[in-house]
Amino acid sequence: MTKKQFIRRFLSQAQELASEFYTAPYRGTMAKAGQDEDDILMLFVFAELMGIPNPVAYQTLELQPLLLERFHSWHRRMGMSHSPLDHIRCC
Amino acid sequence: MSATYLAAGGLIAFIAGYLLYSEFIARRVFRLDPGYRTPAHRLQDGIDYVPTNRFVLWGHHFTSVAGAAPIIGPAVAIIWGWGPAFAWVIVGTIFFAGVHDLGAIWTSVRHDARSIGSFTGDLVGKRAQNLLMIVIFLLLLMVNAVFAVAIAKSFINTPSSVLPAWSAIVVALILGQLIYRYRAGLLWPSLGGLAALYFFLYLGPAFPVSLPDHVLGLVPNAQWIIIMFAYAAIASMLPVWMLLQPRDYINGLQLFIGLGILYLSVFISNPEIVVPAFNQDPPEGTPPIFPLLFVTIACGAISGFHSLVGSGTTSKQINCETDARLVGYGGSVGEGLLALATIVVVTSGYTSLDEWKTVYTRFGDGGITAFVNGGAAIVSSGIGLSREFSATLLAVMAILFAGTTMDTGVRLQRYIVQEWGQDYGIPVLTNHVVATFIAVGTCMILAFGAGGSSGTGGMTIWPLFGTTNQLLAGLCLLVISLYLLKLGRPFWFTLLPMTFLLMTTILALFQQLGSLINEAKWVLVVMDTLILGAAIMIALEAIGAFLRKYRKAGSESEAKS
Repeated sequence: MTKKQFIRRFLSQAQELASEFYTAPYRGTMAKAGQDEDDILMLFVFAELMGIPNPVAYQTLELQPLLLERFHSWHRRMGMSHSPLDHIRCC
Repeated sequence: MSATYLAAGGLIAFIAGYLLYSEFIARRVFRLDPGYRTPAHRLQDGIDYVPTNRFVLWGHHFTSVAGAAPIIGPAVAIIWGWGPAFAWVIVGTIFFAGVHDLGAIWTSVRHDARSIGSFTGDLVGKRAQNLLMIVIFLLLLMVNAVFAVAIAKSFINTPSSVLPAWSAIVVALILGQLIYRYRAGLLWPSLGGLAALYFFLYLGPAFPVSLPDHVLGLVPNAQWIIIMFAYAAIASMLPVWMLLQPRDYINGLQLFIGLGILYLSVFISNPEIVVPAFNQDPPEGTPPIFPLLFVTIACGAISGFHSLVGSGTTSKQINCETDARLVGYGGSVGEGLLALATIVVVTSGYTSLDEWKTVYTRFGDGGITAFVNGGAAIVSSGIGLSREFSATLLAVMAILFAGTTMDTGVRLQRYIVQEWGQDYGIPVLTNHVVATFIAVGTCMILAFGAGGSSGTGGMTIWPLFGTTNQLLAGLCLLVISLYLLKLGRPFWFTLLPMTFLLMTTILALFQQLGSLINEAKWVLVVMDTLILGAAIMIALEAIGAFLRKYRKAGSESEAKS
């Protein structure tokens, strides 16, 4: 291993340790904050399907297929153990 | 005697404690199993439960438990001479704190990494769980009040620390933005941040800041306390990535650098200890060494706060059960190192016993100021930094620890108040601002009630903080002992420390109650009574739960035979 490679490896390891040291204790807090923001978006997209009048339904319609993957974890978080929608059978 | 012997003796004891005693505890008592699937693997979700490198985890545990408290406690307790403080820090770290931290993590790992509050309900009972919540709330209240008073005092005694301490916030804010918004790698921003911090430290002595003598009838001490609480209120409402996370990170780096500088300076300058091992002639009004020593030094010997960190976050990230030994026991040894360094600098950083006595004029004096002055003398003679710069460096280190703890403390208190609002159906309490206001307000009443307003109160409240902390540690040791009993393992190694802690805590509370009534400090009398009530109830819970479990275990073994 050349000197340059050695230094590069050392720096990348230091980088990795530092970022673990920075992020690890707050991973949960950040993820929860992210979910809170996501939940509002999910509501905008799926509200109409659940019978809640939604003024932006037309605008968010095309987001539905993109957010389908997240639908399952969202309805679980919202306290529904099974999908509330007949045509989305995620569980 | 040379301070090097003290430092070296302590280091050797810690190393021996880690290699021998923690090995014994891990192998024979907790029987850590490398094959056990930890919650980090079993419940892995990429968020809370993530297997994490043990050295990273050790760094976290260490930096989140070691803060301003292991500096203030020993620096106050040295009033009885260096002998008792040294002995308690060494014995406490090896036989109490290490076992307590390791045990808290292990018990939590074996209970799906739930927090101590949640499995206390299972192992001891619902009443104990409620008691635990009360003790935690009191602890948070006390920690915020005591640190606001400590920071105010440091700002006044070391005016050069004001500029760097506040600019550290700016540095943290910039670091937070760089990493969160621009996804910058961590290495260079953190080096840049540290460089900026040290640049401000260098500027600090040139621009000392002092507040005016009277604003609205308030002396500078009271003004600083109000400013600190205003800061804590605002900081605790910001998202964590913005200020708390980068601050925590910088503090962690500071802790490693500061500890390195302190030990290096002690070994190079080889100062003489000027304080006697047992101070035969303590200032008037100094309370008796027994039981007060054991609550004056809580963090640095044993502190229940660690169990909250250990069982809340650390246990969710333990990769392999045997890592708990390095993380838990090693983490508390790290805190012991900081306490030991404090003892060394406050006993040998002064030229004569008479000079030392001018700092320690009464019980509760000393604290961060003694650490800063003593440490500055040693650092400047050890590695040749200017005395002013060294004093600023150490003061800022302690202030940053205390400030970050206040941020976290107020945040946690707000969560508790909001939870109460939800549980009891009082919607106004669930509001962010209202809850924060209540959290800060109660802490402020305590800080001012303790005599912080005039700046004359010293650290009267400190031993009270220590008792609450020990109480939590006692409760945690009880939970660990009960779990050991349930598994049919030897439980004396956790039960004896628990008995000792609960006993000294209750005695200390009675002793303090007497002196607080004499001094007519009614806010503190109320606090003391509350804590005393909780302590006695916990002791009763402990006895009851133990007898129940013991009888059950006995009858089961009889039935088997």
